[in-house]
Amino acid sequence: MAELEFRDAVRDALDEELARDEAVVFFGEDVARPGGVFAVTGGLQERHGSMRVFDTPISELAIAGAAFGAAISGLRPVIEIMFGDFLFLAMDSLANQAAKYWFVSREQASVPLVVRSAVGAGGRFGAIHSQMPVPWFQGIPGLKIVAPSTPRDAKALLKAAIRDENPVLFLEHKRLYALKGEPGDDGEVAQLGRANVVRTGSDLTIVSAMKGVHDVLAAAEQLATEGIDAEVVDLRTLRPLDRDTVLESVRRTNRLMVVEEGPRTGGWAGGVLADVTEDALEYLDDAWRLTTADAPIPYSPPLEDAFLPSAESIVASVHEHLNTRPVNSSA
Amino acid sequence: MSGTDRIVAEAAELVRTEGTALLERMLLIRRFEDAVQRLFQRGEVHGTTHLYSGQEAGAVGVCAALRPGDRAAGTYRGHGHALALGVDPQGLMDELLGRDTGVCGGRAGSMNVVDLEHGLVGCFGIVGGSIAAVTGVALAFQRRGIEHVAVAFFGEGTSNQAYFAECLNFAQVLRLPAVFVCENNRYMEFTPIEEVTAGDIVARAEALGVWTRTVDGMDVQAVHAGASEAVAHARAGEGPAFLQTLTYRFVGHSRSDPGAYRKPGELDEMRRRDPLAVERARLIEAGTADESELDELEGRVARRIDEVVERALAAPFPSADAGMREYKESGAA
Repeated sequence: MAELEFRDAVRDALDEELARDEAVVFFGEDVARPGGVFAVTGGLQERHGSMRVFDTPISELAIAGAAFGAAISGLRPVIEIMFGDFLFLAMDSLANQAAKYWFVSREQASVPLVVRSAVGAGGRFGAIHSQMPVPWFQGIPGLKIVAPSTPRDAKALLKAAIRDENPVLFLEHKRLYALKGEPGDDGEVAQLGRANVVRTGSDLTIVSAMKGVHDVLAAAEQLATEGIDAEVVDLRTLRPLDRDTVLESVRRTNRLMVVEEGPRTGGWAGGVLADVTEDALEYLDDAWRLTTADAPIPYSPPLEDAFLPSAESIVASVHEHLNTRPVNSSA
Repeated sequence: MSGTDRIVAEAAELVRTEGTALLERMLLIRRFEDAVQRLFQRGEVHGTTHLYSGQEAGAVGVCAALRPGDRAAGTYRGHGHALALGVDPQGLMDELLGRDTGVCGGRAGSMNVVDLEHGLVGCFGIVGGSIAAVTGVALAFQRRGIEHVAVAFFGEGTSNQAYFAECLNFAQVLRLPAVFVCENNRYMEFTPIEEVTAGDIVARAEALGVWTRTVDGMDVQAVHAGASEAVAHARAGEGPAFLQTLTYRFVGHSRSDPGAYRKPGELDEMRRRDPLAVERARLIEAGTADESELDELEGRVARRIDEVVERALAAPFPSADAGMREYKESGAA
């Protein structure tokens, strides 16, 4: 079977949902005729028409506000906020309008709205085009945050996000767009809020999301050659968090490492550690996180590479905590 | 229930324009706000509250130009917007008193009321929020091929918000059926608007090519005439319309504001142009009603609000756990 590229998975999900439900519309900056700055959404306007797929001005607040108003009036809008860093411009509409409407209206109308956004570092985009906006949004009840790591999940989770009645922030890691992987079944729709155990192991549980999952899997392969058997959990949805899957794994492995691309302070990794500490303290021999430093993301390649979690830094951190030594270590 | 299902549930009781209907609706708002003020002082209305007293002609004149199925969004000064759309005064008062029987079950309070069945998209506590919501509602009307319009009420201070610049442009380039009603009551909270605003507000809309009109916001008939034109423009698919109503609030910005910033004599001068008095005089002049009939009308409205207050005070509060359990079980994120 032909492999599916991550960016095509996103486009296919949009294409299929636009075809399935005429209430779905898609708009954003340069998404329609130009096909998106990350070449994700080409051809959708031709296939579904300019009434349903259209370009907007550079007005993140208006885009989000229009999506909110449309979502409570019979449409199911998907918007693109080009870079995750630009989400902050749309914050009032997302946090104060979309996320709270179902509640304050006493469930008079839901807000079936999806915000797609390209996030993450590693592309030399610098401090203000590389951020991971999760901490800003994870404290907002009423929003879901989806963070896929594979093409198959990107498609199945985006389809689920579009069908969800809540506002959903759908994060696409820029370093994953060119990733190829196995496609899912035709028409597959995932369930939001479910993590996947993507590698089984018995010595420790490593939890991550998006690009971090691939770094962790690479680290786990290396660790396996050194006699350490890591279980890897791909969270897939960061809000709501699938605590049960993490807890079940930690109860077997007794160690938890969380790898988050994002600042240590206020990050979601801290929330995972807190959940596990509260609910499974007696099972824990160790629990820690590997994050970025509490600093803006640097531009220069050696600086940015050193700043981000990587397979190497994950392996090193595991050895440090397990008091083991890497193979071939001169230390 | 999804937004898709909700839009078909539309039964707005819109304001009639004939006879004393507009005066009656303005009276309802004035007496309602008087009662809210009293209840606030008694500690029955909580947090803060922003009264519409003095500005009644705006919401009533505009909403009288709407059809069932049209929608509007108000501001934190939104009781008048809600009542002008036909929201039940009982449900609204119960909401302000935090009661389970409130239109949002006591979850929303004064600044965040939603009543879609009566066309109220919501009252938005953040300045400019109404503009954004209505831009989206109008987008849905247009893309779904429905000949409805969506109306955003907002104050003149909103003209300095990002929402204003972004959404007016957005609505104009997409030719959305939106009506932007700028209620210019001269003060951005406690600050005279001219001290913090460059140029002319209407000119900002004109610069985008948006249809504009300015009307006397103390005269409900003038507002209604201007709003009818604005609504017709939007409904015809000609793009958004911008209506400025020149108005005045007779009370402070919010509960804690004595209005010390007002220019000397200004309040007295504007009270002589009270929209209720203006409309009353017109009805008598035109022979539509006489003094005693209008006195009787005023008494009837006052008694109705008295009853609303009495029932609201007797209404149950939401139960502390059931109220939030209902939300958690509703499928919310």
